[in-house]
Amino acid sequence: MNIAVPTPPALDMLVQSDRARTTLYTDRALFEEEMVKVFENTWVWVAHASELAKPGDFKTAHVGLQPVIVVRDRKNAVHVHVNRCRHRAATVCEVAQGKTSSFVCPYHGWAYALDGSLRGVPFEAGYDGQLDKTQFSLRSLRVEEYNGLIFATFKDDIEPLVDFLGGAKKWIDLFIKQGAGFPLVSLGEHKFRFPGNWKIQLENTTDAYHFPLVHKSFLSAADRETEDSWDIMNKGGFVEDLGNGHSVMVMMPELVDLEENLDAPIPEKFEALAAELRADYPEEQVRRIVRAVGGCGFNLNLFPNLGCSAAFFRVLQPVSVDETEIRHVALGMAGGPAAANRARLRIHEFFQGPMGFGTPDDAEIWDRVQHGAQGGRDLWVMLHRGLSHEESLPEGGRRSDVSAETGMRAAYAQWKRLMGA
Amino acid sequence: MNAIDTDMIADTAPITLDEAMHFAWLEADLLDSAAYDEWRALWTPTARYIVPITPGATDFENTLNYAYDDAEMRAKRAERLVSGQSVSASPVARTVRLLSRFRLLRSDARTCELRCAQMLTEFRRGRERTYAADVEFVYLRGPGGLRIERKVIRLVNGTDALGGIGYIL
Repeated sequence: MNIAVPTPPALDMLVQSDRARTTLYTDRALFEEEMVKVFENTWVWVAHASELAKPGDFKTAHVGLQPVIVVRDRKNAVHVHVNRCRHRAATVCEVAQGKTSSFVCPYHGWAYALDGSLRGVPFEAGYDGQLDKTQFSLRSLRVEEYNGLIFATFKDDIEPLVDFLGGAKKWIDLFIKQGAGFPLVSLGEHKFRFPGNWKIQLENTTDAYHFPLVHKSFLSAADRETEDSWDIMNKGGFVEDLGNGHSVMVMMPELVDLEENLDAPIPEKFEALAAELRADYPEEQVRRIVRAVGGCGFNLNLFPNLGCSAAFFRVLQPVSVDETEIRHVALGMAGGPAAANRARLRIHEFFQGPMGFGTPDDAEIWDRVQHGAQGGRDLWVMLHRGLSHEESLPEGGRRSDVSAETGMRAAYAQWKRLMGA
Repeated sequence: MNAIDTDMIADTAPITLDEAMHFAWLEADLLDSAAYDEWRALWTPTARYIVPITPGATDFENTLNYAYDDAEMRAKRAERLVSGQSVSASPVARTVRLLSRFRLLRSDARTCELRCAQMLTEFRRGRERTYAADVEFVYLRGPGGLRIERKVIRLVNGTDALGGIGYIL
């Protein structure tokens, strides 16, 4: 049975099916509200399993604005704790990534086990035996993992992660195939900030429309084959709304499934790599590795903070209404050929990061969106491209051409659902 | 002493701190003046321009860097700044870099290792940013004078979030 829930009119003034109000980028009060209503009420990506491969491995992250620690305990369970001592609020860890057996607050020495339980309190006699340590564990979030992607949520009664991912699961599975039979592993990351709202970056992950213009200098610098493969406006790609704010943009339809077409000719740019690999691997595996080395031909946008973007993870971290931190996590083949991982590192460095040939141009544009959004606050940001020929799919999603703003419409519809809840 | 003798002395004497320092300043001046063709001519054909992320990184080839440029990538990086195709480099940020605290770590007649501090200020579209770095050079002496064989720029905040760097550090 469908029960229509009326949307509060105030939200209709902010988001409609094909547009969003400019103040979504600029309104501080709205930002504060988003950090709770969106980020504390959905699944938020916090880590890839390879970042905490062994017991005791941890990394620090954020869920919305709340600092968290993602840690693997001795029994291999992953926990996500709010990085805040239960005594007087200091962070118990300020290291980006590492290995530990406990977290000890530097202020008064309260010590927590990896599962978050409070184990030690210095000079405990001062509490006259009345301190019930079981009441002062680190606050923990619910944690679930799908195919190596670890998500956490503050919302205890939220749907299971697999249901939240829904139609995106199949695309995650396809994305993971770029390990070419080896487990996917984080090879490090580029981190940069831009002076703009987080949703500007969220939109960009399924925006093919900007590519030929904003990334012209990248295309000019790339070799001919790479330039041709990035001719994404003319390759019959599409954008699909996958539900729950997720979307996929297929830019290179020939690279959707990296385990198909292994008989296709090896691109000239990878011939030297293939020759090097042949010394150690049979031909079929060489072809599989070479086909996977450039990543897959699509960007998967998982609402609200992760992009599985061709060959890397794009992680989005709101800082303030007009400041956003982005991490581009390079991915490689764990235990795979060093030559292939080197090729992946060089491809990543070429486009991504603050000195790449792509990222600085994206960052400049997002900066200009934020600047421009100071004008005409009553105007709409238009998201209607490709709507007139968007089709409903039998399985329930919606699909339009590669440069359609279908993915943005999906994200803003989810934003509106969460903000209206 | 005739001219031939002078050349022989120059070829066998170790590269001096003074010589290396002046060469580093020449390179800095060419970058700040956007004289990219002259800048590219300072490098050996096999040289690498490297901006690592992690402090202490040494295996640059097998590690993610901000930049790991061979001659071809240096040419592309320079071209990007003059092509007018890159919105983040139109116009290119103006930069002023100061190199100081020079120390010659090793030197002989053919090659030397120089380490120094670099303070760079960029200005573009009303925004000023500063990047501090330790810079390590390997220079080779050839017939035409010193050439850069390797340059490693170790930003003090390399592991932090940086802004877009639409110029050559």
